[in-house]
Amino acid sequence: MSLTIPTDGAATEKNWLEKVGAGHIVLAVVLVLYPLVASDFFLTQIGGYSLIFGMLGLSLMLLAGYGGMVSLAQITVGGIAAYAIAILGNNNSNVLGFGWPWWLAVPFAILAAALASALIGWISVRTEGIYTIMITLAIATATYYFAQQNYAIFNGHSGYAGIRAPAFWGVSWRDPKPFYYLCLGLAVLSYAAVLYGSRSTFGMTLQAIRDNPRRMRALGYHVTAHKVFAWLLAGLIAGLAGVLLVWFNGRVSPGTIGVDAAIDVLIIAVIGGLRHPIGPFLGALVVVLMQTFAIDIVGAERFNTLIGLVFLVIVFVSPDGILGLWGRIKPHLAQESLRSGP
Amino acid sequence: MALTENIAAQRLQGSGAFALELDGVARHFGALVALSDINMRIAAGERRAVLGSNGAGKTTLFNAVTGDFLPTAGRIRFFGEDITDLPPHERIRRGLRRTYQISQLFKGLSVLDSIFLACRGVSRRRFSLLRPKASDVNMVQALSILHAVHLESDRDALVATLSHGRQRQLEIALALAGAPRFILFDEPAAGLSPTERRDLVAILNGLPKHIGYVIIEHDLDVALRVSERVSMMHNGRLFKEGTPQEIEADPEVQEIYLGGKHG
Ligand SMILES: Nc1ncnc2c1ncn2[C@@H]1O[C@H](COP(=O)(O)OP(=O)(O)O)[C@@H](O)[C@H]1O
Ligand SMILES: [Mg+2]
Repeated sequence: MSLTIPTDGAATEKNWLEKVGAGHIVLAVVLVLYPLVASDFFLTQIGGYSLIFGMLGLSLMLLAGYGGMVSLAQITVGGIAAYAIAILGNNNSNVLGFGWPWWLAVPFAILAAALASALIGWISVRTEGIYTIMITLAIATATYYFAQQNYAIFNGHSGYAGIRAPAFWGVSWRDPKPFYYLCLGLAVLSYAAVLYGSRSTFGMTLQAIRDNPRRMRALGYHVTAHKVFAWLLAGLIAGLAGVLLVWFNGRVSPGTIGVDAAIDVLIIAVIGGLRHPIGPFLGALVVVLMQTFAIDIVGAERFNTLIGLVFLVIVFVSPDGILGLWGRIKPHLAQESLRSGP
Repeated sequence: MALTENIAAQRLQGSGAFALELDGVARHFGALVALSDINMRIAAGERRAVLGSNGAGKTTLFNAVTGDFLPTAGRIRFFGEDITDLPPHERIRRGLRRTYQISQLFKGLSVLDSIFLACRGVSRRRFSLLRPKASDVNMVQALSILHAVHLESDRDALVATLSHGRQRQLEIALALAGAPRFILFDEPAAGLSPTERRDLVAILNGLPKHIGYVIIEHDLDVALRVSERVSMMHNGRLFKEGTPQEIEADPEVQEIYLGGKHG
């Protein structure tokens, strides 16, 4: 058997601009310049909020798109980080509140979320398909009711209020512009990590397990361990989003982690598309815009019907969500974007 | 492949003379007895063909050895070590490999990435969050296997887009990765063209001598050309063993095997 050293010509000749891609650069410029034209309302309620829910959707995309594991517990994982920030840091509910500085509370909160996510994963990886959805829904529901009834840790149905984003480096991060850039920076970091990681050894093993777990065992892989590790990584992203969410709302209560929020995250990921990490951010923008404006037009009663209809239409027209629609309009671009996907 | 051969040769020293020993292995599916009382000894480096009509239990035998489905009775030893209770991935890490009768591939991955994963599966850094470099030792191994099975031209093609014949070649490539000591081939020639069959025979006969295998093959032309001994299976039992010449001439074999060949 002859041995040839590979010459990966295409990869070595590429400069950084080609590597990052023109689409990414245009998008980055638009997002960085957005505060020049946006009002405070559009900066936080639309911009920041979409980025936070995009990150929650991204954590689901990682599990579902690459790992084939559909979870309804991503808001639960984010909620654990949110509660941890309230409990470890300061709140004005006169319950707990250890007063830790943000730089200590934030890593702990994210770690707690990641470990909780790994635990949820460890429980649910024995199941497949619809059973994974059911078991994560059960975990999300149980956590919701537990938080509502437990006063010692979760402070019952009122939860915690008076939680504030910190001020450091001479910036008050709860102000609209800094908060938007904070969300943008962390969203870009998560997005880039997932995009890079999708072609890493672990990313490939996860996609291979999605396609054929039996064969992966027959290649020497401990399939369960790989799945649980994917949950741990997804938990880091969901936890980061949870920290931003509690700073955004200034409060966290069982309502934050309710079943409707859990379903919102699923809708965001499916509407946007699970084939590429940009999908959940597109989905989040659409859902947040609808939540913000459609309620005024069609009324709160009919809003859920509307979002359900949009969901149905997109899924029927394009199983790959908005990403898939984009692919029909601009096939060559979609091809490009899907190449780095699963 | 020099490195691979060295590692495997080192492993061979100090291990038992038998690659595979089965003692009273049985497998039931409910009331159906798919395998019963299988006793088998295969020497290290030996090449064995297993023949038998459809439903004889050949694939079930492979599944018991690799742990895809555990046997309901009996013990299995691999190079002297009892592996009966080990999960599949632990058996693979000890040098066992297999191919599947119905290709078990990763449709969303490229050909090279699939072979890379096969090499990485029995190597370190399975959880690495870094992209493998072109100089990565497992990537270099993957490329050499890619050449060995003539899949260079499909290196970056998605597995889902490959023709049946090329998928079968990839199926074999995955079993050659990472210093195998013993390989189970489940009907590797099924659905191959005559040219592809010739390539397959060349690949099997070109394997380093210390690598033994069991091959399930309906095509006698292929089976008898790549094996030193032949075992016959029928209704979940082993009923005859011999050289290819003995088996070919055996009237009982001709009746059962050739009669059920297309069954
Ligand atoms: N997973 C399974 N569940 C139930 N029955 C099975 C299963 N696998 C194999 N069998 C049965 O076991 C018998 C042997 O099958 P198999 O080992 O695939 O035969 P062969 O490979 O020799 O054609 C057949 O009757 C088959 O139907
Ligand atoms: Mg079979």
